[in-house]
Amino acid sequence: MDTMRERFASVTTRLLDEDPRLAVVLADIGVDGFRTAAERHPRRVVNVGIREQLLIGVGGGLALTGLRPIMHTFASFLVERPFEQLKLDLGHQGVGGVLVSAAGSYDWPAGGFTHMAPGDIALLDSLDGWTVHVPGHPDEAETLLRHAAAAGDDKVYVRLSVQSNEAARPVDGARFLTLREGRGGVVLAVGPMLDNVLAATEGLDVTVLYASTVRPFDDAALRTAVAGATAADVVIVEPYHDGTSTRHANDALAHVPHRVLGLGVGRRELRRYGQIDEHLAGQGLDARSLRERITGFLAG
Amino acid sequence: MTKTTTDTLRDTTTSPAGDFSALPGLMSLMTGDEKHGPAATSTLDALWVLYDRVLRVSPATAEDPDRDRFLLSKGHGPMAYYAVLAAKGFFPTAWLPGFGSYDSPLGHHPDRLLVPGAEIGSGSLGHGLPLAVGTALGLGAQGRTGPAVWVLIGDAELDEGSNHEAIAYAGAAGLSRLHALVVDNSSATHGWRGGIASRFEAAGWSTTTVDGRDHEALYAAFTQPHPDRPLAVVARVEPKEYAGDPKPKTEATSEAEPEPRGEAA
Repeated sequence: MDTMRERFASVTTRLLDEDPRLAVVLADIGVDGFRTAAERHPRRVVNVGIREQLLIGVGGGLALTGLRPIMHTFASFLVERPFEQLKLDLGHQGVGGVLVSAAGSYDWPAGGFTHMAPGDIALLDSLDGWTVHVPGHPDEAETLLRHAAAAGDDKVYVRLSVQSNEAARPVDGARFLTLREGRGGVVLAVGPMLDNVLAATEGLDVTVLYASTVRPFDDAALRTAVAGATAADVVIVEPYHDGTSTRHANDALAHVPHRVLGLGVGRRELRRYGQIDEHLAGQGLDARSLRERITGFLAG
Repeated sequence: MTKTTTDTLRDTTTSPAGDFSALPGLMSLMTGDEKHGPAATSTLDALWVLYDRVLRVSPATAEDPDRDRFLLSKGHGPMAYYAVLAAKGFFPTAWLPGFGSYDSPLGHHPDRLLVPGAEIGSGSLGHGLPLAVGTALGLGAQGRTGPAVWVLIGDAELDEGSNHEAIAYAGAAGLSRLHALVVDNSSATHGWRGGIASRFEAAGWSTTTVDGRDHEALYAAFTQPHPDRPLAVVARVEPKEYAGDPKPKTEATSEAEPEPRGEAA
């Protein structure tokens, strides 16, 4: 199986052939995957060098001329470093584009905190109108990238990761999927968190929802799931900052007394290197830790 | 230095919209002042020469994909810009007195979604040149080789590192339809040792430094050939008068001077 990033390059190379409106902007990250595309479409595959403010500024300028830019680098350099450019060069100009990130929260733990961006979605939540896809499998990444490319002038963020579930789910770029139904509560797993959530909730009487698109938040799916439970208890397990979607769940359930537990990556720096699995455990996001935290909350 | 604009402005406020002599009157509609110091008019001459003689864009072609683009990056102190756009008919002069008010489309920084003719919203410094690079790339990618892309930045605005990302890349990429107009009123806190033009030259741009009040010199600079390279025109005007000024450089405004920091950028 190829990785999400490899799929991104191959799918986008085909999309560039098909859609003359698309353009790719790179900042020295991911360039190898776009060699063929750059040969075929030298004016629509632009590498600006290690210049992330320019990465987004160029994307905004391309969009001002009617193109649909796809901007790509690691999440830390795509969202955090040029954040004001996202706010002003896209949002404030009234233009759109597609941001495709890699490395996520800790895809490269040995790289340390400089290459970790667990706050990317929380940052985008401070801006208006962003669609956010968090695929949990390369096949889902392809589907969601195609949705993003075809989404008119929308602002879309696609968060790619080497963390992946064993199986792809039939995602549609909008709705949450119901994977298990139960009465004792609702657990919402986001993207690559799904396999651990399924393992953690094995044998528990809970509904498991799966989200690969978290913005807009599928209020209706959560309300429906909660309506089928004896208590309006919701656990959200996200692969980025814990609690990022808690506000959305609260808003969706404003009509009913409810409890929400937001699990995800903590703000504190672990200051550890090592492997992804070690960081999942360090954040309490491995299956065993999740089971403890979920059952403890539901019993409370 | 040619006759200063402030002198020119003094006695021409009754001229009809549509020529340079009308601009001070239009600015007065926004500021309430009869006269404007060099700071408020630092961009006025260069803007006028561009819109009057160089840019191929008008209210009738403001949405034409093959129009020339002018991006005001230095969005602080946009009175001169608004005056030129109004004089050229992009929006009614009747909008000008509302400058900065809640119901006005004309803010102290321009918003492209509100101001007809404004290609970008600006205000935060250092965004226009990267956007202009993307605009030039986007036009080229669509085979639109005709339109010129212009961006106006200030000498203090050059402090922002984002400009230097764009300057280096644009030179390397040889974006020959890209033009930067740097209005230099010596307001950069630490100055530019070796000159502003040298930054662009070193990156592979064509450059010219001219008197920013001399319309013929500006026109000649704006229209000079620059094959295979972007062009930077440094337009020097009177220094922003901050030396010895006890007022801090802040965003705070007074009624007498609506944009004290504004034109400094």
